[in-house]
Amino acid sequence: MKRSLMARLWPNATALVLFVVFTFPVYWMFATALKPTGDIIADTPVFVPTDITFDHFQKALDADHFWTLVGNSLTVTVLAVVFSLVIGLLASFALARMRFKGRRHFLLTFMIAQMAPWEVMVIAIYMIVRDADLLNSLIPLTAFYMIMVLPFTILTLRGYVAAVPKELEESAMVDGCTRRQAFVKVIFPLLAPGLMATSLFGFITAWNEFPLVLILNKDAEKQTLPLWLSSFETTFGDDWGATMAAASLFAIPILLLFVYLQRKAVSGLTSGAVKG
Amino acid sequence: MSVQTDRTDTGTAAAPGVRKTDVPPPDDTGIRKGKGGRPAGSRGGASAPYALLLPALLATVILLGWPLIKNGMLSFQNLNPRQLILHLTEWRGFDNYTDVLSSADFWKVVQRTVVFTAVNVVLTMVFGTLVGLLLARLGKRMRLVLLLGVVLAWAMPVIAATTVYQWLFAQRFGVVNWLLAKAGWTSMADYNWFGTQLSTFSVITLLIVWQSIPFVAINLYAATTTIPKELYEAASIDGAGTWKSFTSVTFPFIRPFLWATTFLEVIWIFKAFPQIFAMNKGGPDRLTETLPIYAFVEGPGNQHYGMGAAISFLTILILLALTAYYLRTVLKQEEDEL
Repeated sequence: MKRSLMARLWPNATALVLFVVFTFPVYWMFATALKPTGDIIADTPVFVPTDITFDHFQKALDADHFWTLVGNSLTVTVLAVVFSLVIGLLASFALARMRFKGRRHFLLTFMIAQMAPWEVMVIAIYMIVRDADLLNSLIPLTAFYMIMVLPFTILTLRGYVAAVPKELEESAMVDGCTRRQAFVKVIFPLLAPGLMATSLFGFITAWNEFPLVLILNKDAEKQTLPLWLSSFETTFGDDWGATMAAASLFAIPILLLFVYLQRKAVSGLTSGAVKG
Repeated sequence: MSVQTDRTDTGTAAAPGVRKTDVPPPDDTGIRKGKGGRPAGSRGGASAPYALLLPALLATVILLGWPLIKNGMLSFQNLNPRQLILHLTEWRGFDNYTDVLSSADFWKVVQRTVVFTAVNVVLTMVFGTLVGLLLARLGKRMRLVLLLGVVLAWAMPVIAATTVYQWLFAQRFGVVNWLLAKAGWTSMADYNWFGTQLSTFSVITLLIVWQSIPFVAINLYAATTTIPKELYEAASIDGAGTWKSFTSVTFPFIRPFLWATTFLEVIWIFKAFPQIFAMNKGGPDRLTETLPIYAFVEGPGNQHYGMGAAISFLTILILLALTAYYLRTVLKQEEDEL
């Protein structure tokens, strides 16, 4: 069966066009951030920056509170991910390996919780946090980011725990391990890819979260990076070079993490150790 | 077929690798002792599973359950700046709801939200499916190139993407206006995209569809890889052409998946917040406010917290109904997994 030249060509041509469409906004962000202002406000856009400058990045880095906000963002994100991993691991072990009354209902609860519409619950959360006198604090942010990713963590880790061959655990117990020891020494090391995949998701969710911090933390020093970035353009006038540099600084950790962890998670899964 | 419900969530971004690699469903047969699901069966004693679940349950009840109840309570209160500052609790009965439900603005927002969601979901599903099918058809090298592009769009943080789109569509020096003018549409040279409702929604829609296609496309591509090659061979022996083998082999396989994904997209896009709010704050003239934004602007924005809570609660009910229906259809297919 011979296909015509056109039939062989069009999928590749379409793929190329789509590649450009999908990557162009990301490319344009970096390109603008690296161009001198003269090239940014040019009547004909400069598509390939030849004259590279880091001035815009310098300006974004020197912006008020930038490093404080980096610290805030990192604190809430890392703590939320770690807490949800610890709590989620305990729950997922019970759900994957134990048989008990109400197990189905617990699973359903977490499935519904996973779809919770946080974007529309911010008013109630605001009142609760205000009554607890915790506005402009990182504690409620950490707690709520933790619960935002917890159901996903539990449900995903449950799959990974279940995928660890039970024989491994049983033989460890035959060899004299308690159930807890068997978990720590046998299952836990095999869960690394699962922990990475879930922490990637948690990291992205917490790092990007916008509505809650928008309403809870008005104090400029207690905010996180998404708020800083969303108001950057207004604060700096129409300085698109600096704005794109700020956007790049915000996006780079996620893009890197995505590429790095995604490969790890896949290779860990396919290497045979955790294949079910 | 697994529709991979466990590995999807509110964020539009998560590891595609995780979704591509199917984790086998949990299997409890080894632990089950004897017949029936007796609560015993673990060496840690009968209370062990509950102890392990306790922290997660406590967190869910306190941090999710309590705000939900609080939201319900607030929606029956008269809560304006005075009551807020003096910490007064004034009950208002159903007045907030009567006010909201009898206001023309509310119904306009509902209508707008439905149209907005429908347009975005249809565009996302159609183009996502096409990109997914294209991925399945491409050679190895081009597939990798396209996957890279798609993953890049997926991984882009929402607020960063929104800022970039503001710049792409900027009135002065925005590259989109330059392109349109260059292509012959000269009146677009200094067009203000954020001046009208339709043009603002166009930019938001483009942003949302651009970021949502990767999820649909990659999952759809993963679904097509599970179709046994023999089915296509059998179809071609029976004389089926490209279109016929698509409708008789490919489509039946991907249908349950498409259904589940459509529902997820409906839920996600219905409650989209940062894209709309950060793009133009619901403007111009509050004309791009969808329900979540409307609740936010009425509540904390205009200091009518009780009203805002009532709008939120109605929105939550709509979303809960959608979620319940979604979970029901998905769980039907995975009855054994639970």
